[in-house]
Amino acid sequence: MACRKIQTTLSLSYILSLNVWLFPVQANILKPEEHRIVDEPYYEPIAEEINVFEAAYRNQLPVLLKGPTGCGKTRFMEHMAWRLQRPLITVSCHDDLTASDLVGRFLITAGETRWVDGPLARAVRCGGICYLDEIVEARKDTTVVIHPLADDRRLLPIEKLGELLEAAAEFSLVISYNPGYQSVLKDLKQSTRQRFVALEFDYPQQALESKIICKEAGIDQQTAAQLVKFAHMTRNLKGNGLDEGASTRLLVHAAKLMSSGVAPTVACAAAISQALTDDPEMLAAVNELSASVF
Amino acid sequence: MPADHPGPLSADAIEERLEENVETVLSSRRTAAGPAAELALVDKQTQNLVLDAVAVIASTNAELAFQFASHATKATAVLDSKQLHAWMIRAMDIFDTTGLHAAVSFLQDVDGFARELQVRTKSLELDSIQTILENYLHGLSGRPLRIGCAEQHYTDTETVFLPALCKRFESERDNFRLYKSMAVMCWAQTWYGTWQHTMIQALRDLSDSPQVLPWYHFFESRRLELLLQSELPGVFRDLLTLQKMTGYTRPHPENWSVLGKPSAGPECSLAMAEQHRHKPFPPDWSSCYDGGVELIQIQGIVANRLGKEKDQLKTLLAQWQDELNASAPNPNEQPPAQRRAFHINEQVPQDTTISLDGKPVTPPTDVKNLLTSIYQDLGQIPDEYLVPAGDGQYNENAPARDPRDVWKGTYHEEGAFLYHEWDFERQHYRKNWAVLRELDVHPQWDHFVDKTRTKYAGLIKQCRRTFEALRGEDKVLKRQPVGDDIDIDAVVQAQADLLSGMEMSDCLFTKMHKVDRNIAVMFMVDMSGSTKGWINDAEREALVLLCEALQSLGDRYAIYGFSSLTHKRCEIFRVKRFDEDYSEQVKARISGIKPQDYTRMGVAIRHLCTLLQQVEARTKILITLSDGKPDDWDSYRGQYGIEDTRQALIEAKRANIHPYCITIDTQAKSYLPHMYGAVNFTVIDQVHKLPLRISDIYRRLTA
Repeated sequence: MACRKIQTTLSLSYILSLNVWLFPVQANILKPEEHRIVDEPYYEPIAEEINVFEAAYRNQLPVLLKGPTGCGKTRFMEHMAWRLQRPLITVSCHDDLTASDLVGRFLITAGETRWVDGPLARAVRCGGICYLDEIVEARKDTTVVIHPLADDRRLLPIEKLGELLEAAAEFSLVISYNPGYQSVLKDLKQSTRQRFVALEFDYPQQALESKIICKEAGIDQQTAAQLVKFAHMTRNLKGNGLDEGASTRLLVHAAKLMSSGVAPTVACAAAISQALTDDPEMLAAVNELSASVF
Repeated sequence: MPADHPGPLSADAIEERLEENVETVLSSRRTAAGPAAELALVDKQTQNLVLDAVAVIASTNAELAFQFASHATKATAVLDSKQLHAWMIRAMDIFDTTGLHAAVSFLQDVDGFARELQVRTKSLELDSIQTILENYLHGLSGRPLRIGCAEQHYTDTETVFLPALCKRFESERDNFRLYKSMAVMCWAQTWYGTWQHTMIQALRDLSDSPQVLPWYHFFESRRLELLLQSELPGVFRDLLTLQKMTGYTRPHPENWSVLGKPSAGPECSLAMAEQHRHKPFPPDWSSCYDGGVELIQIQGIVANRLGKEKDQLKTLLAQWQDELNASAPNPNEQPPAQRRAFHINEQVPQDTTISLDGKPVTPPTDVKNLLTSIYQDLGQIPDEYLVPAGDGQYNENAPARDPRDVWKGTYHEEGAFLYHEWDFERQHYRKNWAVLRELDVHPQWDHFVDKTRTKYAGLIKQCRRTFEALRGEDKVLKRQPVGDDIDIDAVVQAQADLLSGMEMSDCLFTKMHKVDRNIAVMFMVDMSGSTKGWINDAEREALVLLCEALQSLGDRYAIYGFSSLTHKRCEIFRVKRFDEDYSEQVKARISGIKPQDYTRMGVAIRHLCTLLQQVEARTKILITLSDGKPDDWDSYRGQYGIEDTRQALIEAKRANIHPYCITIDTQAKSYLPHMYGAVNFTVIDQVHKLPLRISDIYRRLTA
């Protein structure tokens, strides 16, 4: 009897594991150059940025987005890609990013070399929007690759193929950076920045920020207003122990935790304070601030 | 030897040891016999403890040591050995900050200290939470407030003074709650207009009715409570908890519901205080977090700040307007001959918006902060504040702030940097002991740099070549798993392997490895009097050679000199900042490096490390050029100086800064290994070799 029971359990677990193996939970596989954003990404305009971006797009001018982290630059790009119905190809820049990572490289398959386009070349070919996020993180010698694309030539030279890729009319180049770093190392060269139409982003005004949080996280207006008040307090500490104040993104995180039943001070500590700093004294001060607001 | 003696020391033996340390304050009528006789009655371990402590204190002040000895026997009855040490440290801290008189009074009240220790287990010290509270207040909004220490808590509108120890409640959490509530009430006074200029004036006019001020403070506290209830409900809950714990209920005088109206300002409290002017204010009507008022102090500070900030704002507005003109859409258009006044769009405490020529403009952060501070003092921004200073009027009426001047008149520490100093005898820091100022080296235009360049032309060329080699070229790394290009050799081999049935390697790419020297170096140059003559020449020549060589290397570097004359006068001389180029001005400053006074190294290291920490670099190096031991006119000589310097270097290492020392002191091997570690220094035996060796040392250090 006992033996049969063990057998049943074994076979059950076997079937279960087989089930996972046969029907794994799969993420959707999307080709960036073919993917179009279908649902409107939620975005509240702060000023005239949508009009300016559309005008720049129509005139084939590249765009530079400046602003602190988590203030909505990437969401703005998604929104614009949806509005213009163009594929959005995003590259998060880092200091090991090489020109080949952007343009493309040869790979070897079946004893042959095969050219594979990088994300920038793909965007140029398909007339998409190429968004280079945090461009200052990339090395300066990588940044210059985009220069011929960012002026009226709109060309991407691919040296290894001996080709000049002319951008389609729909192609658009957008770069973003955070001027708040204020580091000599992480500054954008004049020769790069002077090719772009610049749009400045900042955290939205109090009322608008509350509205965004309400909409994104589904919490009541009063709690959203308190969260924004707390965010302003942390922003007062910028440069006095904190590198950055709480971003709108962090506020949305905290609000989502709250709407799932987490107590406000606990949600603020987990989603905001801990994300802002590791310094125990600053952490204590920020936690006290949230405890004062709620 | 007393240590070998089996029983307690005799009174004579104790007297003898006391006399060794405090002889300078004894006389025929004042001997050590009394304290010695008392101390003879305690056990030997305690005797040694007290006598050692007397020796430590005597190194700071003999009179204090004598006073300590006089009260020590009584203290040993109520304090254990650890507490006795704490008693000594506290007395010396008080001596450092307030002077002998206060320190002696403290020693006399040993029972008070014992009582304090008893409650301290449950109490909370301000020191331990000062940074938290400061950050907290800063976050709340408005003018940044410092935290200071005073017996009763109050604010002068720039500093919030709180008691050093909070022991009212049994738990630390409740004591923190009280500290926080006191601090918030003081902040609320500055933020919600209690000490606006007009209120201070009115209170001064009513000074013949002494009851007005306490009544005003009482009504204001109530008004602020009500504001906190809506603005910071968490804080209000804390206030209610405190009220409940202390059994306090705020009394309700007649008509006071008017304070709860949203429009109620400080003038309502003043009007009500005037109505109560003939009634004495009952002292038990105040809550534990209300605190006190120092009206005269507030008046002085507000008046001083108003004048200062008006000038500052005008100057900043003028600079800002120039910037706005420069970045105007049509730069060819001539900017108006005269500066135009700005106008207020909307006055709100923190986000006053202003416009220029009818167009709204976003003020820079410094202007915004100043507007907020002025708004806090005046409750509005008057139009005359928004007229920028005219041409040539920058810093109009600004007090002369040449750091050199502070030593001429009465001594004060305004604008100076304060650093702790390590006292190895106490095994404790002396708090804010060293007062340091940053000055510029007076440039000397005498072609010293050109002469040095000619003198060492060959060497400079050689240094540049070696440094250029150090800069490193980009290297192509072969056989990489990922990379920019295909490594044909690897592919051929892999194909051959595959055909012969072996496993094929996946390292088929080449990758460009970029050599990135991410180094920041701080040179700290000894400018003490002992460097006078050819040592100074050698130092300056060495700096010229270094700068010439470093230009080809591209490392970020800064040069600062240091000197001191007692802990009250430490100076750091800027020769080249990190963000400065190797310009003619810098060259003239190198030439202008002149011997000054003494060598207080600890504070210089601490300050330069603070500067170095602000630079973003993977490797940070602090190189000291010196000619001898740390030394200063006061007690910094000998082991004290060496131990403080060592402690400062330990702090530097903790902050991920690599210290290194180049010295020409041939005796240095006896103390440098203790300070810098066995390998982190070079001794150059002949001064004239310093310029020849320094580039070589630097190259080895950073390769």
